[in-house]
Amino acid sequence: MKKYNLNHLRELESESIFIMREVAAQFENPALLFSGGKDSIVMVHLAKKAFWPAKIPFPLLHIDTGHNFEETIVFRDELVKELGVQLIVGSVQDSIDKGRVVEETGYSASRNLLQTVTLLDTIEKFKIDAALGGGRRDEEKARAKERFFSHRDEFGQWDPKNQRPELWNIFNGRKHVGEHFRVFPLSNWTEMDIWQYIYLEDIDIPDLYFTHKRKVFVRDGVILADAPFMMKKNSEKVEIMQVRCRTIGDISCTGLTMSTANNLEDIIQEIAATRVTERGGRADDMRSESAMEDRKKEGYF
Amino acid sequence: MEIRKKANLMDNNKEFSSKAYLDMELLRFTTAGSVDDGKSTLIGRLLYDSKSIFEDQLEAVKRASIRKGNEKINLALLTDGLRAEREQGITIDVAYRYFATPKRKFIIADTPGHVQYTRNMVTGASTANAAIILIDARNGVTEQTYRHSYISSLLQIPHLIICVNKMDLVDYKEEIYELIKEQFSAFASKLAVKDIRFVPISALNGDNVVEHSKNMPWYGGGTLRYILENIHVGSDLNHIDPRFPVQYVVRPQSDKFHDYRGYAGRVAGGVFKKGDRVMVLPSGFVTTIEAIDVYHKEVEEAFPPMSVTIRLSDDLDISRGDMIVKENNVPFVEQDIDVMICWMNEKPLQPHTKYHLKHTTNDVKCMVKEIKYKVDVNTLNRIEDGVELKMNEIARVSIRTTKPLFFDSYRKNRQTGSLILIDEGTNNTMGVGMIV
Repeated sequence: MKKYNLNHLRELESESIFIMREVAAQFENPALLFSGGKDSIVMVHLAKKAFWPAKIPFPLLHIDTGHNFEETIVFRDELVKELGVQLIVGSVQDSIDKGRVVEETGYSASRNLLQTVTLLDTIEKFKIDAALGGGRRDEEKARAKERFFSHRDEFGQWDPKNQRPELWNIFNGRKHVGEHFRVFPLSNWTEMDIWQYIYLEDIDIPDLYFTHKRKVFVRDGVILADAPFMMKKNSEKVEIMQVRCRTIGDISCTGLTMSTANNLEDIIQEIAATRVTERGGRADDMRSESAMEDRKKEGYF
Repeated sequence: MEIRKKANLMDNNKEFSSKAYLDMELLRFTTAGSVDDGKSTLIGRLLYDSKSIFEDQLEAVKRASIRKGNEKINLALLTDGLRAEREQGITIDVAYRYFATPKRKFIIADTPGHVQYTRNMVTGASTANAAIILIDARNGVTEQTYRHSYISSLLQIPHLIICVNKMDLVDYKEEIYELIKEQFSAFASKLAVKDIRFVPISALNGDNVVEHSKNMPWYGGGTLRYILENIHVGSDLNHIDPRFPVQYVVRPQSDKFHDYRGYAGRVAGGVFKKGDRVMVLPSGFVTTIEAIDVYHKEVEEAFPPMSVTIRLSDDLDISRGDMIVKENNVPFVEQDIDVMICWMNEKPLQPHTKYHLKHTTNDVKCMVKEIKYKVDVNTLNRIEDGVELKMNEIARVSIRTTKPLFFDSYRKNRQTGSLILIDEGTNNTMGVGMIV
């Protein structure tokens, strides 16, 4: 007898495609949050699959801290051209120039927190009623409580203690004017699933994920990329190391991994063997035990 | 040194590099329990023994445990993701955890046992293939066991795994295990669960969780992990009654795909094949499946839970909320529906109130006409006081909708048999229902 079941990657894929289509059907003006990282690249791939042969029916939205790896911007622009969709860029520098936010100072200064204001301003400006994000529940403990359809009030805030129940595959996207939703189609994926899926579907990713030589320095045991805007203490010496990114965010808070993995199979091996979570190297999460929850409540990704 | 360590670990994880790993099944299970029954310990052990807890997570939990004055590492801190939960030492909401063994990937919906237990258990159970129910070997079957089993049965979780825990505290005695098994089996005859397994464990010491227990040589069955890895999930979804709720109409309107019109959705039941004669509800038109698209590839057939795009031979007026079925196998098409409902909101349900109703991809309005009876989840007794339904209560109600729904009984199909009620003012999800 024929077996009618899907393997885990196909089941996750099917679930995510279902969520993407729900968003297109339930909302007037959705957008896909694109960071240039692997999760948002997988999101774009799933959106392509969900609506083929039509174009993805929503724009990509990039919140640009100005502290990017050059490679991600090149990658982003090529992808947008290929998809033929609109790209909306919300610039943290603009928010700083307009006085909406104040730049952090000191050695651990980062524009990570400032992004929230830029993101919410951009969502308001473009009247976006659903922002699709690549957040996964396995990333961080506050994210483990997140819904697929996550309601935000008119201030963009998340109320984790008062979330709508979410059962079966029925998603309640009803809202009042001025409120919006964050939608997380990858909720049930793990880091390993993402890599396996990239491998299975042969999805292009930026070279940053593969091993390369880079000017770096080490702070609190975390390897950080050197860049003109990165302030270094006297004890922090810039050296050249063989590294790769396990996650890609803003340069100021993306920890690099010493690695010689130069293909997807090696990366999958490395992830299988690793004993530290991918956010273990994220300076933004180390600020406190509730760092992620606090940022999310304010309207962070 | 760094590199050598990696190489060693890689040897241990050889299975992860094989192609087989790309072809694993997914099993979703729920765990229910109260503070002291060892649920967190059990989850912690499953995660830890499958190397799914990372060093930085463990370090964080260790630090937090010491700060809180706990003697042992409190693995509950791993799942308590919200600040309020950690502060109060309680779990407020369902937490999802993930782990993999070389055989399967697992999603755990970890539901708190004490606060708002019904609401959370129902949520976790709605997508689960299996439920783990913990019984303290010292206490035997309790009210809580009834409650958890009843909810699992109401939500039609196909497999129940009864873990008789803390066997170490009853000297690993077979008689005690057998007695509890008997007690539970007598009660289980009232339930609608097809597959019930028993396993005697000590989550604390790891007996029969991942490794066979040397302390219970009398137990000939599989360990908990073995059961989780081998339960047959292939028949958990309905493969008999073809149901395709139309979710979204794909119309590219491009030069290359000028005439393309596809109906996107997720198969909710049965198998659809290219060339099948199908009927579209509510119009009743009959046509043929021209093609089933998955991205730019055509597939010969589609089955649950596949997301596909179906093209039909005739140009028909079909939109979101319609359903594609087979002529000789149609669902109910009715406006008066009886539902077992679980109330999820502090504002109680009163008869004659109007709600938005979501069912498959359909959106209608409805009125709850009558609360027929409530169910005491601890005793399974019926209570006949139809005044109002409070949060965490379960009742049978009758509903009238403004338009007919295309549905099956929940028992037959969890996708086409489930619905939610939404408050018209606040837009909150108020109640969740299983069609009788």
